[in-house]
Amino acid sequence: MTPIITTRFVNLFYNEFQALKNINMAIMPNTVTALIGPSGCGKSSYLRLFNRMNDLIDGVSITGDIMVDGEMIYSKGIDIVALRRKVGMVFQKPNPFPKTIFENIAYGLRVNGVTDKKRIEEKVEFSLQQAALWEEVKDKLKKSAFELSGGQQQRLCIARALAIEPSIILMDEPASALDPISTAKIEELIYELKRNYTIVIVTHNMQQAGRVSDYTAFFYLGELIEFGDTKEIFTHPKDKKTQNYITGRFG
Amino acid sequence: MTHLDEELLQLKKEIIEMWKLVGLQLHKTQVALITFDKDLAREVMATEKRVNAMELKVDRDCENIFALFNPVAVDLRFVLAVLKINSNLERIGDIAEGLARFILIVENPFDDYLLEVTRTILMYEEANSILEDVLNAFENEDTKLARGVFKRDEYLDEINIQCNTVLVEYIKNNPDKTEQGLYILSAIRKLERVGDQCKNIAEEIIFYIEAKVLKHRGNITK
Repeated sequence: MTPIITTRFVNLFYNEFQALKNINMAIMPNTVTALIGPSGCGKSSYLRLFNRMNDLIDGVSITGDIMVDGEMIYSKGIDIVALRRKVGMVFQKPNPFPKTIFENIAYGLRVNGVTDKKRIEEKVEFSLQQAALWEEVKDKLKKSAFELSGGQQQRLCIARALAIEPSIILMDEPASALDPISTAKIEELIYELKRNYTIVIVTHNMQQAGRVSDYTAFFYLGELIEFGDTKEIFTHPKDKKTQNYITGRFG
Repeated sequence: MTHLDEELLQLKKEIIEMWKLVGLQLHKTQVALITFDKDLAREVMATEKRVNAMELKVDRDCENIFALFNPVAVDLRFVLAVLKINSNLERIGDIAEGLARFILIVENPFDDYLLEVTRTILMYEEANSILEDVLNAFENEDTKLARGVFKRDEYLDEINIQCNTVLVEYIKNNPDKTEQGLYILSAIRKLERVGDQCKNIAEEIIFYIEAKVLKHRGNITK
């Protein structure tokens, strides 16, 4: 199987500060990969490489090869809008638009050229079903998204990302602002979604990484210390630093 | 069904598969003993490798569930119980292998009279039946059935104790069959241990379902 994301010798600098050092990694399609490590280790910087979100930060420079779905995404002439359509993102705090539940999803579809009303309605329902939210909101689609609970808002954001039909979803601590029940729902959702999507998730919650991911990458001080099968990482980590981190002995 | 539920269900299927294989191993040694079928005994010894491989797989899966899902309450008790039942089943697998080995060592078919007076076949049937009972108790979460095993194990203990007297008498009257007598004595000891393992399994089933620890308690309190 061919990896859907490949990075080779990737370095990332914020001005003089080197946040990522020679990162090599291959992420397979339809898997969940968790990026773990203490604050400032570079995991979020690494995640944001895949949809070029780091471009928005002043003073960032990047070297190395980053290939997404067979395309070198930092080459000249790359269509960043098309890239971000392919690589969706869900953030730490739910950030629905100040619109109705329906419009939160329909908006992105319209921006992407879908004009047929029936088609939009179908897509809205399908995306909400995929995000395990349809049953809870089907009778209040015209209500403001802000009336939903935090967990529901986050699932709405996931539905919004899914509506654009990405092949990859990046999640930056998607459940860290949620209560345990909502967190469990998001985790189950991630487990379901990997059938159709490739998911890369940054999490500070070690148990969450264990529960949801197939592969885990441990970052420390900008270096990729260990990357492998989550079962292996959580039962027989090869590196002492990984062991110390996952057992809570530092970080 | 949550991801954890799926993993627990898969674990349950694996241990049940191992349980059935171990039961079959024990049953085959009974048939091999009665029919003096050395090929069947060899088959049991060869299959023991599969039992060992299954034990390692269940061990590994339990380890993964602990590490990845941090189970609590009934889920935690279930995984702990499966881990211990796994060891008990593997030991029963070893016992079956040991019994098969006797059949390969002995030169002549076992004396029917010896098997009858020592109640060896009866003991085999009882051990197999108890193993089946604990499996059913586990599959159906039936603690009443699991509790029934404690009484049935006492019956195996009784046969085991009485066999000493019976065998002394038998060997006295049949000195040419001393070797057979000694092998049957060892077989009865092994079958008695199958009962002990099943009793341990029953305790684990009750621990998992009712959160009660019955270990090291007298039979009355159980």
